[in-house]
Amino acid sequence: QQKVFTDMCLRGQHHGGLYKRPFVESFEETPMLVAVLTYMGYGILTIFGYLRDFLRQWKIERCHIAREKEEQRDFVPLYQDFENFYTRNLYMRIRDNWNRPICSVPGAKMDLMERASFHWSFLVCYYSAIISFLHDVINLGSYNYLGFAENTGPCAESAAEVTVKYGVGVASSRQEIGNLDRHEEMEKLVAKFLGVESAMAFGMGFATNSMNIPALTGKGCLILSDELNHASLVLGARLSGSIIRVFKHNNMQSLEKLLREAIVHGQPRTHRPWKKILIVVEGIYSMEGSIVRLPEVIALKKHYRAYLYLDEAHSIGALGPRGRGVVDYFGLDPCDVDVMMGTFTKSFGAAGGYIAGKRELIEYLRSHSHSAVYATSMSPPVVEQIITSMKCIMGEDGTTIGCERVRRLAENTVYFRKRLREMGFIIYGNKDSPVVPMMLYMPAKIGAFGREMLKRNIGVVVVGFPATPIIESRARFCISASHSRELLDKVLGAICEVGDVLQLKYSRHRIQPSLVRPFDDSVYEDIDD
Amino acid sequence: MVQAFYEAPAYHLILEGILILWIIRLLFSKTYKLHETYKLTEKEKEDLIEEWQPDPLVPPISKDHPSLNYDVVTGPPSHKIIINGKECINFASFNFLGLLDNERVKQKALASLKKYGVGTCGPRGFYGTFDVHLELESRLAKFMKTEEAIIYSYGFATIASAIPAYSKRGDIIFVDEAACFSIQKGLQASRSFIKYFKHNDMEDLERLLKEQELEDQKNPRKARVTRKFIVVEGLYINTADVCPLPELVKLKYKYKVRIFLEESMSFGVLGEHGRGVTEHFGVNIDDIDLISANMENAVASIGGFCCGRSFVIDHQRLSGQGYCFSASLPPMLAAAAIEALNIMEEDPGTKCCSVHSNLTPGLRLVGVPFAPALHLQLDRSSGSRDSDMQLLRNIVDYCMQRQVALTLARYLEKEERFLPPPRYVNVGGNHASWVGCSQRFQSDPWDELAKCKNSTVKAVELIVVAVPHTDQYDLQSNNNSRRTDKKE
Repeated sequence: QQKVFTDMCLRGQHHGGLYKRPFVESFEETPMLVAVLTYMGYGILTIFGYLRDFLRQWKIERCHIAREKEEQRDFVPLYQDFENFYTRNLYMRIRDNWNRPICSVPGAKMDLMERASFHWSFLVCYYSAIISFLHDVINLGSYNYLGFAENTGPCAESAAEVTVKYGVGVASSRQEIGNLDRHEEMEKLVAKFLGVESAMAFGMGFATNSMNIPALTGKGCLILSDELNHASLVLGARLSGSIIRVFKHNNMQSLEKLLREAIVHGQPRTHRPWKKILIVVEGIYSMEGSIVRLPEVIALKKHYRAYLYLDEAHSIGALGPRGRGVVDYFGLDPCDVDVMMGTFTKSFGAAGGYIAGKRELIEYLRSHSHSAVYATSMSPPVVEQIITSMKCIMGEDGTTIGCERVRRLAENTVYFRKRLREMGFIIYGNKDSPVVPMMLYMPAKIGAFGREMLKRNIGVVVVGFPATPIIESRARFCISASHSRELLDKVLGAICEVGDVLQLKYSRHRIQPSLVRPFDDSVYEDIDD
Repeated sequence: MVQAFYEAPAYHLILEGILILWIIRLLFSKTYKLHETYKLTEKEKEDLIEEWQPDPLVPPISKDHPSLNYDVVTGPPSHKIIINGKECINFASFNFLGLLDNERVKQKALASLKKYGVGTCGPRGFYGTFDVHLELESRLAKFMKTEEAIIYSYGFATIASAIPAYSKRGDIIFVDEAACFSIQKGLQASRSFIKYFKHNDMEDLERLLKEQELEDQKNPRKARVTRKFIVVEGLYINTADVCPLPELVKLKYKYKVRIFLEESMSFGVLGEHGRGVTEHFGVNIDDIDLISANMENAVASIGGFCCGRSFVIDHQRLSGQGYCFSASLPPMLAAAAIEALNIMEEDPGTKCCSVHSNLTPGLRLVGVPFAPALHLQLDRSSGSRDSDMQLLRNIVDYCMQRQVALTLARYLEKEERFLPPPRYVNVGGNHASWVGCSQRFQSDPWDELAKCKNSTVKAVELIVVAVPHTDQYDLQSNNNSRRTDKKE
């Protein structure tokens, strides 16, 4: 009985009005044999882990990791042994796939430094252990969606001018004496870009979430957050002191059920009415590649009078016909979203985060945000990079480079996903999202895939537990507008080869490669769930 | 079986019959939950949903809230700073070594920009580690004479991510009352038991440690897994004085607690070579478990770092939230920090000696003589914080009109645990860098400093002392003094 509203949506009565284009998302189920083999693999690794721990404890095997100081041996141990079991025995075997140092621009191609032997001091390679360089490795791991990570061109030149004029540091917080005129100009530009009244910028995307959610909610408020929200959103929600309830990933029935229960029953023991309800979602979820069902969320929010906090870390600049993010992608009104948050690291090639919304909200944050009072303001060349790249995307610098890049990113995404699907891999996520997770499942294949691709001069990102559920480890590709069609073809050829060697083509819905057809807006496709 | 039925005594059969009837009754009776003895109908639920009105997302802010209007700085924030169109001498930014507009630092940053671009487009684990980051980490470790260092891209997040990486629910942390806001956020995120001791009071700390020892003896099993930490700052940003580090180290070994030292203000400033409060007191750096600092004060870049033994620091590479889940520091800022370190190493004499003098009645200087940033506090406070802040704001405005830039120390009033009294920050040590480049100024730097002192003195005389000696300030008389000031 609870799913009144969403049922109406699904039955199509509201549906025609909510979604202006087909919403195609798929998360194919894990094949049974693969799941069993994966669990077996982890079981064998765990047994070996216990064996090695036993040998290390009885000094049969040499132990290389750093130890506590002699004088402090009788202190309470700093780490529990069990906490590090996974790290010691599983992560250490394949740790060459992460923390790969680079020594060039993180563009479409980069130069990697190869490490000779692993210094056993855990996880970082020391500068002295580097022996060789790999040149022109194709970069599928950096979040460079619109290709603004470049060291030449108008952005880099204006950043250089500002460095000479203003220097690099600021040494004061925004409220004291660190508010430069460039900051004010950037904030006005961000507000104009998003189509809202005003905006405020902070020095770190992670800190934007963890410092501003506590300023917006407090005790007596409810936060409804998606299952797969980023660590910064979870930390911000915890620090605020509100009650947190989690709804299933992108599942509108689950969200509606929670909303109804919350309003009807009130706060947990006293049953007083909630002061505020804040729904926290992300634009693109970076581990799943799924896009939030924003029209439905906004319809729910309006019906139940909740507030919406949208974290567009990956989707700003990368989605939408004009690059304005997930609101633009669905063709909605930006005033419907109460708090729009995003980062400048991914599509703008800079660093930092912003919050945008109504003027009252931003004025409140200017006086009550932790970052404005205690943290140093942003560095001037970074601010300049944001200003230049944003003007480029909006077309205000007089060129069409921005539009070109947005269009190219969308084309690259659709093409890449289609080809991978045709080859028979299991790809998660929405067909328009530039984050492409490809399932690997088995622990041994995580390391093998990363290393095989590096042999073919392609750098990819592989992710395992604890960032993903234990059997669903994956490789994640980030498509960029700076990847040309030939580059993508080369990458696809290499992935196909490696997929055959490692037997990664798990998909059982093999699609026959269709003739190349332009995207037809008027054709209505069934919604996959 | 039927025979047993006939042979059983009568009372046995009656008892069993009653029991069977009771069971049947229980099976068919309506169950009820003890707590929810009501169930709402659909209509009632719809009514409740219709009636519920949330609070507005943010409470309304009045137009003249003091923190709303920022002062706008045009031009580089160095010794002379242009605020709101007026050029002033900068006594307000934390530019302790004067490296904000150093040419060498700027050139290195430019070279790095031409090689790497601005952003890193990824966290450290996914192709966001550049060779400059590795170089900066090894240089910092060598400079501080520790085994390893780790870099964060935001100064505030450094200690706020380091504390929760080690201290979890059930652990105990002893903190000084005057700890800064980022430490407080780190403590909140760690969910441990927090015990505050009075500022710089070693007896109070020892008392708390003794109490904890007694508790441990009562429950030795729990004590074997409860970690204990002391978190202190080298130079406190709220009170501008130093922590007594040798006594702390003695307490550490006596009661078996680990020390986390936060050196944002003292890095680059205290000690013979600028290595911070450990060098200042001559304490062995291996005795401190973790030193955390931000590079935004003396080093004049952006970001922060932690250094210590590998055993301790390595853990943060997988469990420091601000490190793993956030993009890395832009390479040009890392290159600027490396160059600043070079300058610090070449010329260890460039540190602060300061101006410590008694101003006039009405204002009190808070801080140790060698601290680079000092607080000026009202000697005698009126009843309310708001009128104190307004008075200080008037003094700051007056000084800015006379071309001396000061700033009110800002705090979030509702969020701080122990709110410091109203004051403003006077960065007296800034003049040390003038000694190095005094050829830039027409007049002697001591003159400039004296000008500052004179302005503040004048401001205090006019505004503070002119008001009659009552304990409660009258806002009207305050306005009167402002008007006489403007006529001048």
